[in-house]
Amino acid sequence: MDVGAIFQAAFALVVGLDPGFLGIVFLSLRVTLTAVLIAALIGLPLGAALALARFPGRSAIIVCLNALMGLPPVVAGLAVFLLLSRSGPLGPLGLLFTPTAMIIAQVLLVLPIVIALTRQVIEDLWSEYRDHLRSVGLDGLRAIPTLLFDGRFALATALLAGFGRASAEVGAVLIVGGNIAGYTRTMTTAITLETSKGDLPLALGLGLVLLSLTLAINAIAFGASRIGARYAG
Amino acid sequence: MLSITSILPLTVEAAAFSGDGKLLVEPNSFTIPAGGLTVLLGPNGAGKSLTLRLCHGLLTPSRGAVRWAAGAEGRGKRHAMVFQKPIMLRRSVEANITHALAAAGANSAERKARAAQALQRFGLAERASQPARLLSGGEQQRLAIGRAWALRPELLFLDEPTSQLDPAATRQIEELLSGLVAEGITVMMSTHDLGQARRLADRVLFLHRGRLVEDAPAKDFFAGPHSAEARAFLAGELLW
Repeated sequence: MDVGAIFQAAFALVVGLDPGFLGIVFLSLRVTLTAVLIAALIGLPLGAALALARFPGRSAIIVCLNALMGLPPVVAGLAVFLLLSRSGPLGPLGLLFTPTAMIIAQVLLVLPIVIALTRQVIEDLWSEYRDHLRSVGLDGLRAIPTLLFDGRFALATALLAGFGRASAEVGAVLIVGGNIAGYTRTMTTAITLETSKGDLPLALGLGLVLLSLTLAINAIAFGASRIGARYAG
Repeated sequence: MLSITSILPLTVEAAAFSGDGKLLVEPNSFTIPAGGLTVLLGPNGAGKSLTLRLCHGLLTPSRGAVRWAAGAEGRGKRHAMVFQKPIMLRRSVEANITHALAAAGANSAERKARAAQALQRFGLAERASQPARLLSGGEQQRLAIGRAWALRPELLFLDEPTSQLDPAATRQIEELLSGLVAEGITVMMSTHDLGQARRLADRVLFLHRGRLVEDAPAKDFFAGPHSAEARAFLAGELLW
């Protein structure tokens, strides 16, 4: 198969809305979006609290979180694998090789990004707002809702960064999901498998979807910061 | 004002403040009774901002105390503060006011009504839905004052409210402040601008290196200050 034919077949897959192909795309989106949502629900308040709280060991936590932003996906996958494997502490739940396991692994990848970036955003905002918020009686944790709302555009970018990381990674979902066709096969694991099998049109088609997704994320991030700039002056 | 009993006078009893082991505000004592405009005057670094912050409760004195009239506790914070650089939330002009009112515990209908009132009173009604941070410097400070006004304070603190503004905007803010005093709001503001102090002050507290050097009615102070420091300051000799 020459390259032109591969591209043609790939486009046919994308445009033809092949059910198997769509299933893979939807599963990927479901896993990643759920992981980002969970990471946001945990990470936004936690990052904001970390920005405002002062306690011994805070700097160490911040350094660790910043380091965890670069956690290799395969290591996150391995950790979740050990946790969920039959002899692991959560083995009896029978979650290994399910989409839930993949979501857990991706939460582990996205959470440090969300917490670390939120902490940075909220800390900057707090240093600007502190006098006024304390003056109107919003001190400490009571200031968090205001800060999260006013940091909304910067925080949207943080969530998109998390989404970008989760949607692009292959190591973690491969280890804990097992790349089971029609069940835990995502775009990235499928690309890995199909490329080694030689089914290049499917791999390329998925690659194109992933690429457009990345493009869309960046466009949204850019738009968010532009809208934010209009409000931030 | 709505309250029957006032939170005033404010009594500052030998309140000192130190930071990093250095005494930044010496144990000064003074009282702020209801009415009038008191100017905290002094060169940069005299402790004017810190003194305002101690009064407003943003800082806790390391020694001494800041007291409000008996029974003032538990009836809400009836003093507000406006800062040197207006702190504008990343929201609309109106939402900046309703946010402060929400923090003070006002319900939704009350927030809307009082915000509308404040916007009207401070000439910002047409700007209500615009992002606050896109206002000009003068408008931002006006909004900051309107936002504080909406909280219905008995005592309003202002920390160098015009130091970042051009002369026209400064004049406008000064007129606003005179209006607030006429309305019955007690105002305490800091400035290093002698002209402004002459135009506005009913009473002058002159600070130098954290120490309250002089506390006098404005016309007495400007006619003949008692201390050498105040005389030097009025003569325009730089001190810090």
